[in-house]
Amino acid sequence: MSDTTLHAHADEHPPHHPFLQHHFEDLGQQHEASTLGMWMFLTTEILFFGGVLCAYWIYRVMYPAAWAEAASLQNWQMGAINTIVLIISSLTMALAVRASQLGQRMGTVVMLVLTLLFGGIFLGVKGYEYSVHFHEGLFPGAQTFTWHENPALAPQVQLFMAFYFTMTGLHAIHMVIGAGLLLWFIRRAWRGDFGPEYYAPVEIMGLYWHFVDIVWIFLFPFLYLIHSAGGHHG
Amino acid sequence: MADISVTEHHHSDHAPTHHVTPLWQYLLVFFALAVGTVLTVVASRFDLGMWNTPIALFIATVKATLVILFFMHVIHSTRLTWVVVIGSFLWLGVLFVLTFADYLTRSWSLY
Amino acid sequence: MSSLTLHDVRITGAEGSRNYINDEYGALSWLLTKDHKRIAILYLISITIMFLLGGSFAVIMRVELLTPEGDLLTSDTYNKMFTLHGIVMIFFFLIPVIPAILGNFILPIQLGAKDFAFPKINLLSWYLYIFAAAVGLYVIITGGVDTGWTFYTPFSTQYSNTHVIGVTFAGFIAGFSSILTGLNFIVTIHRMRAPGLTWYRLPLFVWALYATSVVMLLATPVLAITLVMLMFERFTGIGIFNPAIGGDPVLYQHMFWFYSHPAVYIMILPAMGVASEVVAAFTRKKIFGYRFVAFSSLGIAFLGFLVWAHHLFVAGISVYSALIFAFLSFFVAVPSAIKVFNWTATLYKASVSWATPMLYILGFIGLFTIGGVTGLFLAALGLDIHVHDTYFVVAHFHYVMVGGTVMAYLAGIHYWWPKITGRMYNEFWARLAALLVFVGFNLTFFPQFILGYLGMPRRYHAYAPEFQVLNVMSTAGASILAVGYALPLIYLGFSLRFGRKAGVNPWGAVGLEWTTSSPPPKHNFEETPVVTWDAYDYPAMMKAVGETQNV
Repeated sequence: MSDTTLHAHADEHPPHHPFLQHHFEDLGQQHEASTLGMWMFLTTEILFFGGVLCAYWIYRVMYPAAWAEAASLQNWQMGAINTIVLIISSLTMALAVRASQLGQRMGTVVMLVLTLLFGGIFLGVKGYEYSVHFHEGLFPGAQTFTWHENPALAPQVQLFMAFYFTMTGLHAIHMVIGAGLLLWFIRRAWRGDFGPEYYAPVEIMGLYWHFVDIVWIFLFPFLYLIHSAGGHHG
Repeated sequence: MADISVTEHHHSDHAPTHHVTPLWQYLLVFFALAVGTVLTVVASRFDLGMWNTPIALFIATVKATLVILFFMHVIHSTRLTWVVVIGSFLWLGVLFVLTFADYLTRSWSLY
Repeated sequence: MSSLTLHDVRITGAEGSRNYINDEYGALSWLLTKDHKRIAILYLISITIMFLLGGSFAVIMRVELLTPEGDLLTSDTYNKMFTLHGIVMIFFFLIPVIPAILGNFILPIQLGAKDFAFPKINLLSWYLYIFAAAVGLYVIITGGVDTGWTFYTPFSTQYSNTHVIGVTFAGFIAGFSSILTGLNFIVTIHRMRAPGLTWYRLPLFVWALYATSVVMLLATPVLAITLVMLMFERFTGIGIFNPAIGGDPVLYQHMFWFYSHPAVYIMILPAMGVASEVVAAFTRKKIFGYRFVAFSSLGIAFLGFLVWAHHLFVAGISVYSALIFAFLSFFVAVPSAIKVFNWTATLYKASVSWATPMLYILGFIGLFTIGGVTGLFLAALGLDIHVHDTYFVVAHFHYVMVGGTVMAYLAGIHYWWPKITGRMYNEFWARLAALLVFVGFNLTFFPQFILGYLGMPRRYHAYAPEFQVLNVMSTAGASILAVGYALPLIYLGFSLRFGRKAGVNPWGAVGLEWTTSSPPPKHNFEETPVVTWDAYDYPAMMKAVGETQNV
């Protein structure tokens, strides 16, 4: 790295790219810095979601029966549909990066729009699930948690639902932020900002979006598909 | 640095991420992810005893690895990116292992 | 580079030359700046204000503790005082102080870079700090919080009737500020080094900040999610950490200390970096065992993550895991000791210059050693059960945090003050202040070791009468310490207007920051420097100086 910057002075022949920031030597350095920065940010995200997963697992080991009971209250069909929807959106996001690498302006725009569309479907399904849970009295809280089909397990089921809402809620917040970013990126792609020389923003947008996908890949089996020890809740 | 012209203005070792993944690779990964999702649902329909949780975890880990390697282009990234990715999960492992070291040994008696 | 030469900047101290301070004028040019040096100044001002605020809570507590009876404050008010002292000092002073002020200013210059990789994120980080501080101040004004800075559950979630959500939210935001700072540092160190500046040529301050940033990135998110769960629990009333509804308060402590123990290294690692810089500069020697010192920073950062549950020895964790954590805790002493030994070895047979920064660092080495060794006492399972939650613990962590971090920060701000402002301060008053801080500090906190060992518990506003003598000593020391801290505010402020011009390199030190003008130009260097020398290459410099004198 350092040896490449050594002769950076010598070859300044290509004129400055409009998106090259003044404190970088060239777009290569800028690209490297921004993707590394995104990875560092994702590191913090891994530990952020990892922290709540750690607490979740402690209680899952403590209260296996309640966890299985609570997971059986989830609509796994909705969860499975959402998993597929999110995977599709990840594919379109990856294709958006590819299109911008190849300089296909319309391709980038279309793929970003599709990503936004599938992200929106995911959030819609999630919102529907939330409203059902409110209806069923499964939202944690003294007034809101009225579920008592199995009174012996009710306190721990409430604990599970606290994790359910914390984890899916944080995930949904990340989706909403991602959707907002996508809107901005669609505009920029439409304007023709991105191309083979400068696609780092699309790339790091993709990293973020795929990370959110990965979180859901784990949340789906953790929250919807727990097999009880006795096997009668399947 | 397969099939691209984008590196002509760059120092080649400054642009190791400028790899355009072929379309079929993306589609294949997507297909694998979809199959993984179906598998994890199917597996959860059967009572596999103590294997239910490990299998669900294994499938999820494989899916996540595929996304990281191909969708997130880690497979073509610098060694530093590999270190960051692997290091992050290792650190998460520290949190899990040492916390569980407490909970799983609480019931052990001293004598 | 081309943008650099656009400005007609002449370095080498020409009178009235353009620099980062006079390049633009007006409040907005500061509040919207992306220049890392100006952001460092913004941090300097805001963190100093928070230090004074946190210090005033300490003064009130020390005055209360003059007498055994709780006569000045009610116990409720006293609870709020130590809580706010802890929160303000830890989240708003100790964590950011060296990285955000000295690191922000010096790091890009030491790397030969024009700025950080992400200047806008750097500014955002300051705004997050200010936002968090504003929320914190709002909480203080509207009644404070009484949980202790650790927010232990279930007290914080179920019973405390103070502003727990507000203050944990402030901590959450401050955490983001520190994450963004760490992220910027790591990417900058990886991607923005000047040509020829290989890893083993980096100043040890850079290594230390690198290790600090790793800890910031890996630990802070866990605190963030823990505080989110705490807020969620307090908000909805369900018991994630409440044993009444199946939760486990010890889990909160695990997750809290997974951040907060490494956070101790966020505070001390940059201090160690400053110590290496200053020791080399004022002994005119290469740091003994450069690579050992460099890697011991990473070693501390790594091992620091494996020891957190030594804060939980009496909280009901399993005896077996307590054994493991006690064992691992001893390991952290190894890289810390490597550093102390290497600084000492550097001092050996050196002609030490007794400039102010060096005085602080000599104090730092001694006080940090005491703080570290008493930390080993506390890591020992049996002894910890005896002195847990006594003043012994209070004395221990003040030796590390105040004797360590604050001393090193003062050393650093004195060392780089000429670079930051272009002015020299009054050496007499500065040395006097260093002496007062050292004496006042020891008088304040050494008696607390004895108090703790005798059994005086922490966090009470009243105590048994037999502890009074030592408490009066401690309060007397605190007043000396307060004078020691107030003096720099005066003479450093004075130097801005009346200090003599510093010139490029007032200490005759080696390092990229001493090759550019004081204050540095907007883009730090006229030409991107090419580094061909090792860090602290004083022997070569002395030789070169000797040769020119012989000619």
